[in-house]
Amino acid sequence: MSNVTLHNITKEFRDITALSSVSFEVKDGEFFVLLGPTGAGKTTTLRIIAGLEKQDDGTVSFDGEDISALPPADRDVAFVFQQYSLYPTMSVYDNLAFPLRSPLRKIPEPDIKKRVETTAETLRISHLLARKTAKLSGGEMQRVAIGRAIVRTPRVYLMDEPLSNLDAKLREALRVELQHLQKTQRSTTVFVTHDQIEALTMADRIGVLRQGQIVQVGSPEDIYDRPASTFVAEMVGTPRINLVEARREDGAIYIKDSQVRMSIPNSGNLPSSFLLGVRPEDLQPSSKGEYAGEIALTEPLGVETIVHIRSGNQRFLSLIPGMTHFKIGDAVKFNIAPDRLHFFQSNSGNRIQ
Amino acid sequence: MATIELRKVEKKFGTAYAVEPMDLTINHGEFVVLLGPSGCGKTTTLRMISGLETVSGGHIYLDGRDVTWLHPSDRDTAFVFQLFALYPHLTVRQNIAFPLQAQHESPETITKRVAETVELLKIGDLLNQRPGNLSGGDRQRVALARALVRHPAAFLMDEPLGALDADFRETMRAEIKRLHIEQNATTVYVTHDQIEAMAMADKIVVMSNAVVQHIGSPAEVYHNPSNLFVAAFIGSPGMNLMAGHFANQTVHFSDENSFKPPKEWNSALQVGLPSEGEVIVGFRPEVARLSDKGALVGDVYAVDIHGSYSVLHVKLAGSKDELGIVHLRADRRTSHPIGAKVSFDLDPEMVRFFNPQTEAAIRRENA
Repeated sequence: MSNVTLHNITKEFRDITALSSVSFEVKDGEFFVLLGPTGAGKTTTLRIIAGLEKQDDGTVSFDGEDISALPPADRDVAFVFQQYSLYPTMSVYDNLAFPLRSPLRKIPEPDIKKRVETTAETLRISHLLARKTAKLSGGEMQRVAIGRAIVRTPRVYLMDEPLSNLDAKLREALRVELQHLQKTQRSTTVFVTHDQIEALTMADRIGVLRQGQIVQVGSPEDIYDRPASTFVAEMVGTPRINLVEARREDGAIYIKDSQVRMSIPNSGNLPSSFLLGVRPEDLQPSSKGEYAGEIALTEPLGVETIVHIRSGNQRFLSLIPGMTHFKIGDAVKFNIAPDRLHFFQSNSGNRIQ
Repeated sequence: MATIELRKVEKKFGTAYAVEPMDLTINHGEFVVLLGPSGCGKTTTLRMISGLETVSGGHIYLDGRDVTWLHPSDRDTAFVFQLFALYPHLTVRQNIAFPLQAQHESPETITKRVAETVELLKIGDLLNQRPGNLSGGDRQRVALARALVRHPAAFLMDEPLGALDADFRETMRAEIKRLHIEQNATTVYVTHDQIEAMAMADKIVVMSNAVVQHIGSPAEVYHNPSNLFVAAFIGSPGMNLMAGHFANQTVHFSDENSFKPPKEWNSALQVGLPSEGEVIVGFRPEVARLSDKGALVGDVYAVDIHGSYSVLHVKLAGSKDELGIVHLRADRRTSHPIGAKVSFDLDPEMVRFFNPQTEAAIRRENA
């Protein structure tokens, strides 16, 4: 497997800049997720790595060697698409064997058989080998598509939202499978998604794309605990982070439109007004809570409950374990974990250290 | 607002059931969610309540009045579709006023009711726009306004959030629930999304293959699912289900793993299980406690970070296939490399048992 480096990649479509100076490095054996909303440039980036799209500027290197000029076939990457793109008239076996039967590779049939069977076993599709792919369910088809990518050992796997057409339960199951496979084979993988849960759960590192620019690269913990901007903070985490206007006065923080006043050590580094971010799990109801509010709504999810708390004219989300006995209109006291606060510039939305 | 009753309501297409005979009581002011995968019969059920689909048998009562064969417009219900179904050539104000005009309300009433509704949904600044210029979330707000403005006896909603982005869905979910509570409305809501169902419902009707599987509160379907389907469908990930064999008051999963049910369960298990003692043991991911001396052992198969916590996927020792993988909620700060041995215990009060032949939950008397 290889490491992949993108250096100052720029791509324009007519007069629209799809990517501007995108740089990042995917380490050998790493699961790297490109996360961003629709239109951020995720798929374009992936297609440039594959050679399916030519950048206007910048370089793509594998193991330090600039491969920008190589055609897709010579880059030795395996691409998994959102649409399964299998050969419907061929059996699962022949679909899996297809990449190995390329005349360039000249692999003897017994070796092909062995590799196909091992791959089928890894993905638990051995019982499907004789079937035509048109007869498979969505989840089975996507397993075959993934199998076709991993049946050979390319330098890099490129995956473009491979799970997004599956229903929630299948997606969960395949997510675990993919992660296990990638970690045990240590394959270099670039995986594109708009789904923050997929990114957090599978990635070694995440690159967040926004409007053609990389806005943060980091581990899931970095992205979640130290988001570089309000954009990233709101993009990851469900329910969404509480983001409220606040001001600093006399060594304390006041949240706008609420009764919340916090004394924070070192608040002197903060500007006089800023945006304050509080993750819902860092705001907890407590009988000895410092701040007062009222229950506006509860959303039980089974394992936990989202509690909407109104304080003044502000509304906060709190995530508490298990079910709750709170009723709408109940008075409630709550605490905010002072060491888990996020501060952002009001105008740019950038994180204040 | 209204009480809705379904008595032996069924729907057949040819000889195949789209909905097998079902009974359901929806109380005044209740938020009832029809939940299930696509093709389970949930939308057909909703459409029969609305009158958009005729029943093949049974009766539907609205406040005690038999409406089974009434035209949709005579049932006093308002339908909200997944696709917003707004008139593109009319402004937002005209779209909202339309149902009132169709009822020949006076201009004063129309102005007043539109103003109230607009206030409720906070869409005052959109009134002169056309639907084509609105975001998905705003379009769905307008569609809701058009349903609300009539003050119908019941709201019927067919995946109204299905076409929205994840972000918006979360916001609109809370908004619809708030509206329902403020209006003290009776609402029947269809979704395939169990999180939506849990978050919004007073009562969930879980359906699969044209059959009602379980009717209960979110807490009931979550903690005491009626069968294996409900156990796996509710929750993300669903309930862990482990196949074992009950003998000598112990469930044996493999040579390495076994679990001793609390003794209150013994008689129910003896009666409820097949004679060979096959059993499926179920527990939620948060019920497991990792511990160095845990009674259940396995290897880490994969680890997910979910923001504030992580989920550990563990392959139980001695298990042969993917059914041997269980999902445990764990503290994010402890790291668990793939392949590492882990052991855990289960909170015995929170463990559930199922008969693998009937797939039904075993119930304990007086529990």
